[in-house]
Amino acid sequence: MGTIPQEHYEPKSDSAKWIESRLPVLGLIDHLRNFPTPKNLNYAYVFGGILVLFLVIQIVTGIVLAMHYQVGEYAAFASVEHIMRDVNYGWLLRYAHANGASFFFIAVYAHIFRGLYYGSYKAPREILWIIGVLIFVAMMATAFMGYVLPWGQMSFWGAKVITSLFGAIPLVGESLQTWLWGGPFVGDATLNRMFSLHYLLPFVIAGLTVLHIWALHHVGNTNPTGVEVRKESLETVKKDTVPFTPFYVTKDLFAILVFLTIYAVFVYFAPNYLGHPDNYVEANSLVTPSHIVPEWYFLPFYAILRAITFDLFWIIPAKLGGVIAMFGAIAVLAFIPWLDTSNVRSTRFRPIYRWWFLVLVIDFFVLMWAGAQPAEGIVPMVSLIGTIYWFAHFLIVLPVVGLIEKPLDRPESIEADFAAKHPHEPASGTPAAATQPAE
Amino acid sequence: MANAHDSKNHVADEDRRDVLFLATGAVGAIGVASAVWPLVDQMNPSASVLAQSSIEVDISSLEPGQEMKVSFLRAPVFIRRMTEEDIAAVNEEDASGMPDPDPRNPNTDGAVADLRDRLVDPDRDIIVLSGVCTHLGCIPLGDGAGEFGGWFCPCHGSHYDKAGRIRKGPAPENLPVPVAAFIDDDTLKLG
Repeated sequence: MGTIPQEHYEPKSDSAKWIESRLPVLGLIDHLRNFPTPKNLNYAYVFGGILVLFLVIQIVTGIVLAMHYQVGEYAAFASVEHIMRDVNYGWLLRYAHANGASFFFIAVYAHIFRGLYYGSYKAPREILWIIGVLIFVAMMATAFMGYVLPWGQMSFWGAKVITSLFGAIPLVGESLQTWLWGGPFVGDATLNRMFSLHYLLPFVIAGLTVLHIWALHHVGNTNPTGVEVRKESLETVKKDTVPFTPFYVTKDLFAILVFLTIYAVFVYFAPNYLGHPDNYVEANSLVTPSHIVPEWYFLPFYAILRAITFDLFWIIPAKLGGVIAMFGAIAVLAFIPWLDTSNVRSTRFRPIYRWWFLVLVIDFFVLMWAGAQPAEGIVPMVSLIGTIYWFAHFLIVLPVVGLIEKPLDRPESIEADFAAKHPHEPASGTPAAATQPAE
Repeated sequence: MANAHDSKNHVADEDRRDVLFLATGAVGAIGVASAVWPLVDQMNPSASVLAQSSIEVDISSLEPGQEMKVSFLRAPVFIRRMTEEDIAAVNEEDASGMPDPDPRNPNTDGAVADLRDRLVDPDRDIIVLSGVCTHLGCIPLGDGAGEFGGWFCPCHGSHYDKAGRIRKGPAPENLPVPVAAFIDDDTLKLG
């Protein structure tokens, strides 16, 4: 199926043969079950599975909430309170959905930084990576529109501020903004289309996820060494990998349970900790909350938006500059496969780049902090420095360090790396046989 | 060290593992079931809907021979004050031979659908009936419609008599009496 040799599925029973010869779905399931997965993956690699689970949680709780939610500027806010007070378990479903969005983003940021650290974007995984960036963008759009639906003060003013960004675009901006709003103001028409798209986009994400996993299974997982699985034959593959089931099913399940436990703590004990009290005030188009802040997962990009307070290159006005910077900060991720000039995949073996990576992580959190503060005092300066580093990291550091850095010695194979770390394990080549679970 | 398990330990290991699998599966099944229950239960009537399940009706303006129709749980309820003649006529009939001899009245424990057991309160002249045809859910016409002077369903031609009992046509059951009670002379509580 992919580029990694895998034992071919042979249907055994007559019914399995009948199905398989018409629709090779049993072969697909077998492929997914037994997919050869590098045997040295660490816990940084569990977030993909967590993300799939949270996509399911969000879709299921969302469909159920849509059974009770009423779209409309006079009905939305009251219907959310109806969900909280009257609907059986409505409070649980809404809190699970709202906090589910936050935990979805925790997992996606961990997943992205894992990819950045271990060079998951490098050839032949550029398309895999770009699909991931598209999923991230679709997630942000979905989360933003979902936050508008309760039609509280933060919903309304968030919608107004973010859609006003498009008004900054030269020539077409104003008519584009009116088109987005469905009128000269944010109102019923705006809310209705946001609900429609908020319901649609998760299924687009699900489709992109299928492509993302398809691409992953075609080229195979990366691993902390960045050394590829040896694909010459089934023999060499077996020395470097273990079947996904049961090894990574078990490991992913354990990680999922830990993650769900933390999620449950928030849902049950601090359901509004990540939200804003202002959103429990119904939308009022005549009063702006004194301090508008987006949800925490948008803060780094919100800080970048606010960082540009001056005209860029003398010709781009500040308002447009901020918009370009914010979208550019996300778009630049898609070009990383070509910006990174190093021929070493894993940062583990890149003595100079690893420090710059650390700076990028710190920069991300600094921007997150700056985005949450009122834009006064040192905050604008911090935002600007953070923004400059964000772009410099990808546009300057990544290409230059790859050229000047002398990488450390890499293991010759995953098998060798594994053996060096686990000298007492059974000889490789038969990992499955030695640890075969009871049937 | 490699493959150092002797066969005895290996068997013990597998038994242990079976227990672990079963225990994990059981805990997982309970967890999934408890997570799924709110998804199912949310479709049950919400507190705001349940709050509508009881209303009070003012019947003081109802004269003998007059009938009113009120909306209860989005369906009509017929409330009629019977005349002396109606009561006398209905009392002469024998309900045991009718298509549905069951009184269909949760407010009494009678076995036969005579007038006494078709009323919310046998001592009063007010008859209260669900206004939904027992055939396919249409709303019957009232004010003495049909061959038996009670109600007539225009959809498929079911005739109900003055006590709301099915007498002719495809409907299988008498118009049921809703759960109701008289709070005082002028007030009927439905639900």
